[in-house]
Amino acid sequence: MAAKHRAPRGTGFDTLALHAGQRPDVATGARATPIYQSASFVFPDTDVAAGLFNIERAGHVYSRLSNPTNAVLEERIAALEGGVGAIATASGQAALHLAIATLLGAGEHIVSSRSLYGGTHNLLEYTLPRFGIETTFVDPRSPDAFAAAIRPNTRLVFAEILGNPGLEVLDVPRVAAVAHAAGLPLVVDSTFATPYLCQPIALGADLVIHSATKFLSGHGIVIGGLVVDGGVFDWEASGKFATLTAPYAGFHGLVFAEEFGPQAFLTRARKEGIRDFGACMAPTTAFHILQGLETLPVRMARHVENTRAIVRHLVAHEAVASVRYPELDGHPDRELAARLLPRGAGAVFSFELKGGRAAGRAFIENLTLFSHLANVGDAKSLVIHPASTTHHRMDADALAKAGIGEGMVRLSIGLEDPRDLIDDLDRSLRRATPRGGRT
Amino acid sequence: MSGIRVVAEGHAVYIGTGGRVPAEDGRTVLFVHGAGMDHTVWTLPARHFARKGFRVLAVDLPGHGRSDGPPKTSVPALSDWLAAVLDACQARTACVAGHSMGSLVAWEFARRHAGRCAALALLGTSAPMPVTPLLLDAAADNHHAAIDMANAWSHSPGGRLGANTNPGVWMLGAGERLLERARPGVFHADLAACNAYQPEAGGVDCPVLVLIGDSDQMTPAKAGLAVAAGLPNAQVVRLPGCGHAMLSERPNEVLDALVKAFDT
Repeated sequence: MAAKHRAPRGTGFDTLALHAGQRPDVATGARATPIYQSASFVFPDTDVAAGLFNIERAGHVYSRLSNPTNAVLEERIAALEGGVGAIATASGQAALHLAIATLLGAGEHIVSSRSLYGGTHNLLEYTLPRFGIETTFVDPRSPDAFAAAIRPNTRLVFAEILGNPGLEVLDVPRVAAVAHAAGLPLVVDSTFATPYLCQPIALGADLVIHSATKFLSGHGIVIGGLVVDGGVFDWEASGKFATLTAPYAGFHGLVFAEEFGPQAFLTRARKEGIRDFGACMAPTTAFHILQGLETLPVRMARHVENTRAIVRHLVAHEAVASVRYPELDGHPDRELAARLLPRGAGAVFSFELKGGRAAGRAFIENLTLFSHLANVGDAKSLVIHPASTTHHRMDADALAKAGIGEGMVRLSIGLEDPRDLIDDLDRSLRRATPRGGRT
Repeated sequence: MSGIRVVAEGHAVYIGTGGRVPAEDGRTVLFVHGAGMDHTVWTLPARHFARKGFRVLAVDLPGHGRSDGPPKTSVPALSDWLAAVLDACQARTACVAGHSMGSLVAWEFARRHAGRCAALALLGTSAPMPVTPLLLDAAADNHHAAIDMANAWSHSPGGRLGANTNPGVWMLGAGERLLERARPGVFHADLAACNAYQPEAGGVDCPVLVLIGDSDQMTPAKAGLAVAAGLPNAQVVRLPGCGHAMLSERPNEVLDALVKAFDT
C-alpha cells in the first residue's frame, strides 16, 4: 500500500557532497570553491559594519569568526549530517573544546565513554579538571552506566560512534534517551564513521564532532575539525544551560535561545567560542577538506570494501590471535553495527598478534605499503601500536578498561589494491611471528 | 535582553524586541511570522530596527513559539489579535511586516484597523493563498511529510543547495528544525487559515512594499504581482532566483528593502 503522506525526495547524499553550500562564484564564474585568503572583508559603509557586528546582517567580518571558503565547508558538513549548521575549527580537538567551552563552566561535569582517542581522554581526564570540569568515564556498551554516572552538575554526555581503538559501537538511540531523560545533550565524535556511514543526529545525537583530518579530507594533508549543531536539543526546557538561555553580558544581554531558536548553540559558539579562543580553520585547509568531501561517498565505499577483504584474511591467519571488527560473527556489537552502520563499520580496526608486544613491534617495522604513523583515514593504509603511541599516556588500568592490549595493532585501511595490502601484511606477519605465514 | 510578555485576548504573548529594551517613543515595527514558525525568522531585521531606535515587536502568534493559547483559525481573527497586542503594548500605530501567512495577517490588519498601519511590507505573498491538499492533509495528521514539503517548496532550486550569506548555516536544516518545534495541530491550523482566506478589495491606503522571490514556489511571483496591482500605493521589489524563504535565502536584500519601506 502506498504511504498516505509522501515527502518530496530530498537532494541525494552524493549530490550534497559535491554541491552543498556552494554555487559558481558570482564574481568570476569559478566552479571550484575559491580560497578566500583574506583576513578581513571590506565594509561598504559604517552602518553595514555596525549591522554585521550587531548580528542584523549576514556576512563576513574577520576570518577568525567566519570565512567564505570555510562557510562552504560548514554548510556542506551540516547538510551531510542533517544539522542546522557547523563551525570549522583548527582541529578535531578544537571542535570538541569549542563544544565543551560553549556549554560548560567550572564546577560542571561530563559523562564520557572510556573508549576514546588518547588526546580526547587526556583533555577530559587531566586538562579540563584544571579548569574545574570533571569527567566520569564509563563503559560505552552500557547505557545504564551512562545513566548511573549522571550527577546534578552533569552537562553533557560524550562518546565516539566507534570507540578508539576497540571499535565499540555506540548505541546512539539508547544513550541519547539516557541523556535526554536527564535534560542533557549527547555529543558524538563521528570521525571514524563520517556521515556516509552514520548520521548520529538522525539517531538522537545533538552535536556531532569530526576530526576532518581523517576520512572527510581523506588524504592526510591537513589538520581540521568540525562541530555540527543538530538544532534539536531544547536548551530552555533543560534549564541547565545558562550560556544559551540567560542574558549574555558579553553581547548586550543577548539571549541566544530566544533570538536564534534552533541555531542557539551554533550562534553562541561562533560569537563567543571561536572568537575568544580563536581556534579557527585556515581557508586553504577548508579548501582541501572540501576536495575530500567531494569524493567521500566513493572513497568510503572503497575503504569499507577493502577493510572487509583484509579483515576476512586476518581472521583466518594463524599468526593472528584475534580481530576486532564489528561486522564479525561473535563481535558483541555485530547486530548494533548492522542496524546503525548498514553501509559498513568503517575502515579502522585492531587485531592482536600472537607473540605480544615484541611481535607487534616487528610486524609494524616490516610493513612496506602500510605507513607507520599517528593518523587514520588517509587514502593510504596506516598502522600503529596504540599502547605505546596514541594511548601511551593512559595508565595500565585505563588501558585495560579501554580494551587496549600490549599486542594490539591498529590498521587504517586505504584505497590501494587489497591484494597488495594482503601481500604486505602476510610478508610482515611471516617475519614477525614464529608461526607466521600464509594460511 | 529577553523579549517581553503581554496578555492579549486572555493569553500570554511573547514578543521579541530585537535584543533591546523597546523604545517607548520610537516608531513601532511589528513583525508577523508565517505558518508554523515563530519570531526567530525576523531576528536579523528585528535587531536592525531596534538598533535604529524603533520599538520592535516581533510576535509569536497564539500557540506558536513562546506564546500561549490555541492557534487562531482564521486570518481575520489573527489580524484582530494583532490589534489587541498593539493595545497591550500601548502602541497606536505600527509599520507591519508579514511573511507568507503573516503577510495576509498584516494586510488584513491594515484593512480592518484603518489608521493603525503606517506602512505595510508583504513578503512572499499571495491572495488568495491556496494550499495543496497534499500539504494540508499531511499537516492535519501532524506527519513529518508536511514539514518536508513546506521546507523543500519554500526554498528555490538553488537555495536547496545552500550557499546563503549567513556563514555556516544550512538553511534547509534550520527551516526543518523550526517547523518541527511547532506544537501538534498548529501548522495545520495556520495552513487551513491561509487556504480559507478570501481577500476583500480596498481598505488599504498606506504605503505597501511587496517583496517577491522570483523562484518562489509557495507564493509564485505572479501572485505577488497581482497583490501589488490591487493596492494603490504598492512598490514591488523582486529578488531574482530567490525562493519563498527569503528571510533565509536573502537576509540582507530583505533588510535593505524593509529599511527603504519603513525608515524613510
